[in-house]
Amino acid sequence: MTEKTELQAAVAAGVIGSEEAFRGLLVAIVEVARSIFGAKASSILLLDEETEELVFEAVVGEGEEELLGMRFPAGKGIAGWVLATRTPLVIEDVREDPRFATDVAEDTGYVPSGLMAAPLLHDEQSLGVLEVLDRPGASLFSLQEMELLGLFAHQASIAVDLLQKARKASRLLDADSGELQVVARLAASVDKLEDERREAGLRLLGELADTLGE
Amino acid sequence: MTDVAGHGWDASRAALPAWSLPKDAVERISLPSEWPDRVTREWAWGGSTGEGARVCILDSGVEASHPLVGGLDSSVTISVGENDEAIAEEDTEGDVSGHGTACAGIVRALAPGCSLSSVRVLGSSFTGSGGILLAGLRYAIDQEFDVINMSLSTTKKPFAGVLHELADSAYFRRSVLVASAHNMPVESYPWRFSSVISVGSHEEPEPLAFFYNPTPPVEFFGRGVNVEVPWLGGRALTVSGNSFATPHMTAICALILAKHPELTPFQLKSVLYLTATNVGGGR
Repeated sequence: MTEKTELQAAVAAGVIGSEEAFRGLLVAIVEVARSIFGAKASSILLLDEETEELVFEAVVGEGEEELLGMRFPAGKGIAGWVLATRTPLVIEDVREDPRFATDVAEDTGYVPSGLMAAPLLHDEQSLGVLEVLDRPGASLFSLQEMELLGLFAHQASIAVDLLQKARKASRLLDADSGELQVVARLAASVDKLEDERREAGLRLLGELADTLGE
Repeated sequence: MTDVAGHGWDASRAALPAWSLPKDAVERISLPSEWPDRVTREWAWGGSTGEGARVCILDSGVEASHPLVGGLDSSVTISVGENDEAIAEEDTEGDVSGHGTACAGIVRALAPGCSLSSVRVLGSSFTGSGGILLAGLRYAIDQEFDVINMSLSTTKKPFAGVLHELADSAYFRRSVLVASAHNMPVESYPWRFSSVISVGSHEEPEPLAFFYNPTPPVEFFGRGVNVEVPWLGGRALTVSGNSFATPHMTAICALILAKHPELTPFQLKSVLYLTATNVGGGR
């Protein structure tokens, strides 16, 4: 293995490792959300911008196996509304919403009777939706729970942002036709230099970065 | 006749300039003092059903046939043309999420006589939703609705400037924009603009209870927790969120404007303040 491919392999390993770590973080967030609300299930749906679909990215509880990876149009339904309007909402008796039942729930055999949903917002972007399904039926909803849901969504949005950055880096590495390798070779060359030559090399790169940045 | 600076401008006949008030025009803007010493809810909307007020639901569409909606006067879906112009076409799809139907039902329950219209800005494309939102709002302002219910917001800064202009334009043209406040730690619009009526939630079960917030940007709190609303397919659900508090305030605005159509948005806000539950609403 040459130095070039070694460096690329090392970066790729880091990217792949971080994707797994961030996915784990998403699962951990929905697990805690489900537990805190005493809910039957919780999930994170991410927007696939290319297809304009929402994808179940992390699911815990009922429907877990069937829902993971499932897609549906991002412009419709309750999750679609939350995504587009960037506004959280809570609905009891989702079973009563025929569109929800036919689109997703009937396929999985799991029909929730209540749903809390908050958008995952990062900077100006609406990245996806956090859902908590089937809180205990007896308790009426309170504004405190809405605050709590917002906090979980905020945490999840940071993890999602990191996950998406890791995926983008991974895609770039896969699709690289040379440009990225030039940068990698440059980094490797500077890394090998010592003392004055290394300092001079870093100065040169610094000035190059300034020039390109203008 | 007053000759201003020799240009032959007749102050008694010309429209008032926007930026000043000539001495002999003072009489022309004298307003009859119709407000009582104490503004009460009875004065503000007693006996009003909202009849005469035109309300627009800018949302996901409305299921017009739902018995709790009671029909619509118009229903359009918005798209954006090649030159960024707003295209409004008759909406044949109806509500794509259920949310707009819920908002319409809340308004209908409190202001049964008002005219309800739907302007759908959601559902056709996710990526273009910001431009469609702006186009829909512009369309609604052009239609001169008395009250525009906007239970949604955007976090996209490039839209903030245009939204701000539209919100101000609505304010000056006497279209009251009622917008949901965001209860998450993000900067979003248009609810933060002072020309709109911004609404958060309270937990009281009374639909006409609303509170003035002395520490803005959120100006009012309406009923937004455990509210029964119509949903798709003729059903009803229990829902919570600021987006459901907003149509409560929209309906109260419609009740007031139906009884006092002369009120400007500034005056309407004053009436809302004076009749808020935590101000004078209990009297």
